[in-house]
Amino acid sequence: MSLRSPLAVVLGRGAAGEGAAHWWAQRTSALALVPLTLWFLLSLTRLPLDDYAAVTLWMANGTNPLWLALLLLVLCFHSRLGVQVVIEDYVHSGAVKIAALLLNSAAHLLLAGTGLYAVLRVALRGLA
Amino acid sequence: MAIGNTRVAALISEAREDPPGRERPLSPHLSVYRFMYTMALSILHRITGLVLALGLAALVYWLMSAAAGERAYEQAAWLFRGWAIRVLLLGWLASYCFHFLNGLRHLAWDAGLGLERVHARRSGRVVVVLAVVSFLIAAWVLFWPRAGVP
Repeated sequence: MSLRSPLAVVLGRGAAGEGAAHWWAQRTSALALVPLTLWFLLSLTRLPLDDYAAVTLWMANGTNPLWLALLLLVLCFHSRLGVQVVIEDYVHSGAVKIAALLLNSAAHLLLAGTGLYAVLRVALRGLA
Repeated sequence: MAIGNTRVAALISEAREDPPGRERPLSPHLSVYRFMYTMALSILHRITGLVLALGLAALVYWLMSAAAGERAYEQAAWLFRGWAIRVLLLGWLASYCFHFLNGLRHLAWDAGLGLERVHARRSGRVVVVLAVVSFLIAAWVLFWPRAGVP
């Protein structure tokens, strides 16, 4: 005998209420991060990192701001999903868990927004 | 039908006897399994992921300093040259090397590849060796003083 209601079986969304969406989002973002992070690290190896002019020139050059923006967004997205799972696994008290999950989302949103703002500001400096 | 009803009644009475604050076992059951190095790699994947999440703050700080102007960037570059921050940066680089390679291993598993016990153990050893080698190369390229770079 199953304690699952027929509706729950039909919807197939499981205990978390979102089915396999989280699982897929974590995997697809991981896949996107393979080329994005490799591109970023390879770029860093070729940059004189102490040179402000060279670094900002690189940040604004060609399609670099696009890749930087995508890197930031996907990185924060993937990181938020990962930290969320860790919180769900180890924080069991209701109120603390909800607070931690909200803080996790807020912190990652803030990081993504700030980083994106920085990239755009450097990239659009010539237009200002 | 009658049997079903008694089972439901048993479940309900069991639930009633269960005090609300009782500790129930919850996954992940880390202490239940015999320790294996493949398990250590799985735990390490989580730890390096958390470490990298903290590294996001450093990345955003670096980008913001570049957006804030030359003086702020010089200050950030000076900070990143300090040995304590250097250790942090090396830690993030090591975490990235492992998390990246072990992440590929997880993606392969999710595609249904390499799930046999022998294969999972072998790929675990390969990931550790490759992570160490790639970390050493990346650390050497990124942190060795580069006077000749234009």
